Formats: sequence, C-alpha cells, structure tokens
Amino acid sequence: MPLVTFISFDGSEQEVHVASGTTLMHAAADNGIPGVLADCGGACSCGTCHCYVDETWQAKVGTADDVETQMLEFVIDPQPNSRLSCQIVIKDELDGLVVHLPKSQF
Amino acid sequence: MGSEHAIIVGASHAAAQLATGLRQSGWDGKISVVGDEAIPPYHRPPLSKAYLSGEKHSDELLIRPATFYEKSSIDLLLGTRVTAVDPKNKCITLHDGGTIPYSKLALTTGARVRKLSLPGCDLDGVFYLRDLNDVNRIRGFIGHGKSAVIVGGGYIGLETAASMRKLGMNVTVLEALPRVLQRVTAPEVSAFYSRVHGEEGVRIITDAVVEALEGKSAVTAVKLADGTTLNADVVVIGVGVIPETELAEQAGLAVDNGIVVDEFARTSDPDIVAAGDCTNHYNPIYDRRLRLESVQNATDQAKTAANTLCGKLEAYHALPWFWSDQFDLKLQIAGLSQGFDRVVLRGASTSGRSFAAFYFSGERLLAVDAVNRPKEFMAVRRALAAGHSADPAKLADESIDIQHAFLS
Ligand SMILES: Cc1cc2nc3c(=O)[nH]c(=O)nc-3n(C[C@H](O)[C@H](O)[C@H](O)COP(=O)(O)OP(=O)(O)OC[C@H]3O[C@@H](n4cnc5c(N)ncnc54)[C@H](O)[C@@H]3O)c2cc1C
Ligand code: FES
Repeated sequence: MPLVTFISFDGSEQEVHVASGTTLMHAAADNGIPGVLADCGGACSCGTCHCYVDETWQAKVGTADDVETQMLEFVIDPQPNSRLSCQIVIKDELDGLVVHLPKSQF
Repeated sequence: MGSEHAIIVGASHAAAQLATGLRQSGWDGKISVVGDEAIPPYHRPPLSKAYLSGEKHSDELLIRPATFYEKSSIDLLLGTRVTAVDPKNKCITLHDGGTIPYSKLALTTGARVRKLSLPGCDLDGVFYLRDLNDVNRIRGFIGHGKSAVIVGGGYIGLETAASMRKLGMNVTVLEALPRVLQRVTAPEVSAFYSRVHGEEGVRIITDAVVEALEGKSAVTAVKLADGTTLNADVVVIGVGVIPETELAEQAGLAVDNGIVVDEFARTSDPDIVAAGDCTNHYNPIYDRRLRLESVQNATDQAKTAANTLCGKLEAYHALPWFWSDQFDLKLQIAGLSQGFDRVVLRGASTSGRSFAAFYFSGERLLAVDAVNRPKEFMAVRRALAAGHSADPAKLADESIDIQHAFLS
C-alpha cells in the first residue's frame, strides 16, 4: 500500500498507508488527519479538502480539471500546488507522496 | 479516561462531527453514539445521486471507517433506538428497556420524511428516500426500460429523477405547485431545471394532483385527479421532512418547529445540546431563527455543540450553503435567498447549462444559485461570510471578473 505523508500547518507529520484507488481526502478522513474537513464528502462542491501537493510530486499527481481549478481560486491562500484532495486518487506510483495542509479550510 | 459520559443520540452527519469534535476539544470522558441505523454515520447526499445511479459504492459512503471511532475511544451503539430521555435523573432508555446514565447529552436526531396518506401508499414499490436502507430497497425496483414516478419536484425528487433517467428509465416527476423548486428558487432557476430535465427525457407535470397509487400488491400506476394514468414500476415520494423532535418533547425541552437551541447549541436543559436538521436556531447573518436541512448546518452546528460541552462557548456563526447534482448540472448555493425582491443573472438560464442567479433584497446580496459556476459560488460564499454585498450591474456583466463585483 502506498505511503502518504501529511504535514500539517504547524509542521507535525503523519504517515499513513493508503489502499490504491482511495482518494487522498478519504485517506485523511479515515485517519483523522486534522485540517481536512471534506464537508461534501468528495463531490467537489465544498472546497474544504484543500491541500498543497509537495512540489516534488506535482508532476506525478497531475493537474486539476476546470471545476476544481475554479474552486481553488477562492480557497484560503491558493498556491500553484493547491489541489482538492477529494480529486486525487492514490495509485501505486504515488508511494511516498507528501502533501501539506493549509492553516484553515474556510 | 474521565468518569463523565457524553451520549449522542442519532448517528449521522451531526453525530459524527460532534463525537470527533468532543475529542478534538479535549473531552476525556466516555463518548457513546447511539443510532437506530445499522451502519456507522454515512454521507446522506449521495443516496439520491451517485449511490442511486450506481456510480458510488456503499463502502465509499461512510464519513469515517468504524476503526476510526475505535481508535478515538468513541463507542458506537448501532441498530439501537433511544425511546426516552429522563433529564431529571440524567439517563436515556433504549428500545430493549436498558438505561444508560449520561453527564452530557447531545440530540442529533435529524429529520424524518413527511408521509402522504394516499390510497395505495402502502403498495410494494412505493418508497420514501431518506436512509441507505430505503435506497437499497429502491435499487431492487429500478433498471433500464422500467418506469418511475417521482412525487415531489424538490431537490431530492429531481436528483432521484436524474439518477433514474441516467439508468435508462422512463421518469415522470409530479409537482403539486406551478413550478419545480418553487419554495427554494427564483422562477428563472425553476424554468432552467424544467428545461434541462425535459431535454434529458424526464417528463415533468406541474400543478399535479395525485389521486391514488394503483396496483394489486405492487404498484403499477399513478392516477391523477385530471384522469391521467401513469405507468409505474416504482414510485418515490419526496415531499419534505419533519424535524425529529419526539424525544425532546417527551423530555420537556422547548420545541418550536425543531428543538429550540441558543447560539451555543444549548437546549432549554443546561446538560443537553442539539445540532443538525432537528434544531431551530438563530442565524446572525440573516438575523432570524432557522431550521436548516443541510450537511453544512449539521457539521458546523455540531462543532459548536462539541465546544459547548467542553466548556468553550463559541457562538454558531456560519453562512449556510448547499449543493445538488443532477445530470451534468452542478448546483452550488451560498446563502439563503428567502425574502429576495430581485434576481440578477450572470450567463443565460434559457439556453446552455451554466449560469448564476444572484438574489438581492434591496441593496443587499442574499445568496447565489450557481449552476456549473464553481467560481461564482466560492466567490459569493467568501463575500457573504465577510458581510460584503455586490454591484448587480457588475455581477450581470460577464466581461467583469466576479472578484471585482463585490463591495466592501
Ligand atoms: C436523499 C438526500 C439527499 C440530500 N442531499 C443533500 C445535499 O446535496 N447537500 C446537503 O447539504 N444536504 C443534503 N441532504 C440533507 C442532509 O443529508 C441532512 O441535512 C443531514 O443528513 C442532516 O444530518 P443530521 O445528523 O442532522 O440528521 P440525519 O442525517 O437526519 O440523522 C439523524 C439520525 O438519527 C437517527 N435517530 C433519530 N431518532 C433516533 C432515536 N430516537 N434513537 C436512535 N437514533 C435516532 C436517525 O435514524 C438518523 O440516522 C440530503 C438528504 C437526503 C435524504
Ligand atoms: S470534499 Fe468537498 S470539495 Fe473535496
């Protein structure tokens, strides 16, 4: 199972094993990672599952589609590596992925 | 672990957040969540959307896996109904007669469907849609080429119609009022949804008066007062919900169209809080009391309630928002439009599938219905939460970036 590291805003790190096919948002919710709210449960409707993909992983993770891009424009502190974690599906190639969490989701 | 015991009644959106929130806010006593459904708290919105249409599996519905509650020392008592609350002796009674004492109690009992008393309502193949159980039963009656009649043209009715149509069914929606979504949107938005449903092959009949559901043991047809008969292999009734306040009433708590709570989610009993669909609460942004039926309210109010039980009084102050997915339409709503006197459109509602309707009362921006316009939704949500209004002319002008339409 791919290993994913969540680094929260205060710098604390949590490593979790995630089954391939699971979304990054679910991985966070399942493991009680604070900082990801995911109010809409992954419908790409709420923008409260915002995260920053570590720059070294951006190419492998890929880019946001149009809907997600529009949502991301208005999250708190958007950055070029911002993504909605419910739109990222974990695959074997993402073993070792590092994501950073924002200070606040809204 | 401390000797105190917090019991949460109901095990859905509000309960999941309340239990987690209690641990995050430092509650070190016992936590029990008692719910009458068989599985841990799950996301209800997909029931009429991706779960009904088969795009989402039941294991993707859980808000958190059962192991999460275990790790957080939160006891789930599922398949268990609470039949009474005794605030004097601070204990609850379960359906099997057992009693459990509490130090603090949270009511997150939600809402139950409004039932119709029509001839034929108890035939096989006639359903309401609230629980996973309902949808699992409905799924046994649907399939390509079958006919469905949906009674009620609100969000849940229209979502159900869209999901069934996607499966290749013949779908008719019956709405008693002159337009679908009449209670919640402007005429332009209703007309838009009627048009798209028509384009997708759903038949919508407004001003419909249902006379009877017909069939021997299972439903076969729906009869209208004007004599029309519609074939039906399945009927889904979605005509609204009633707050589940029975326990609260029996316990002597103040109830008035929902369990009455203050800005800290406290009921009229100092040791009992309530959150979610079951509450009637004050919203400071709109300066009135409300009863909301949304995930946003269930989660946000549950956070307030959890803080309150941990002795941190932080007033509930949140902008309501909602969403609805039908066909390729992603509707996102920020704010509450009730009481609007003017609607401003950005983009066309009469053609295509992307526009936003902004609701005003005088100079004040109240809300937006954004269809396939995530940017407009997010922008308005931020602006309303910060107390900003907007310039109607700029909102209507697509050449102006939405960001520049707001007034501080
Ligand atoms: C089909 C459908 C689609 C929806 N779509 C959306 C959407 O797109 N967006 C949105 O924001 N909202 C949507 N909603 C509304 C949203 O699901 C509700 O607002 C939300 O579920 C409210 O959560 P709650 O925890 O307050 O109550 P509920 O979800 O109603 O849960 C209450 C729970 O308590 C249990 N219970 C009640 N009394 C007792 C008792 N005495 N003992 C034990 N257990 C008890 C009930 O069985 C239930 O499981 C939808 C609802 C439905 C049904
Ligand atoms: S969970 Fe709501 S947008 Fe990702």
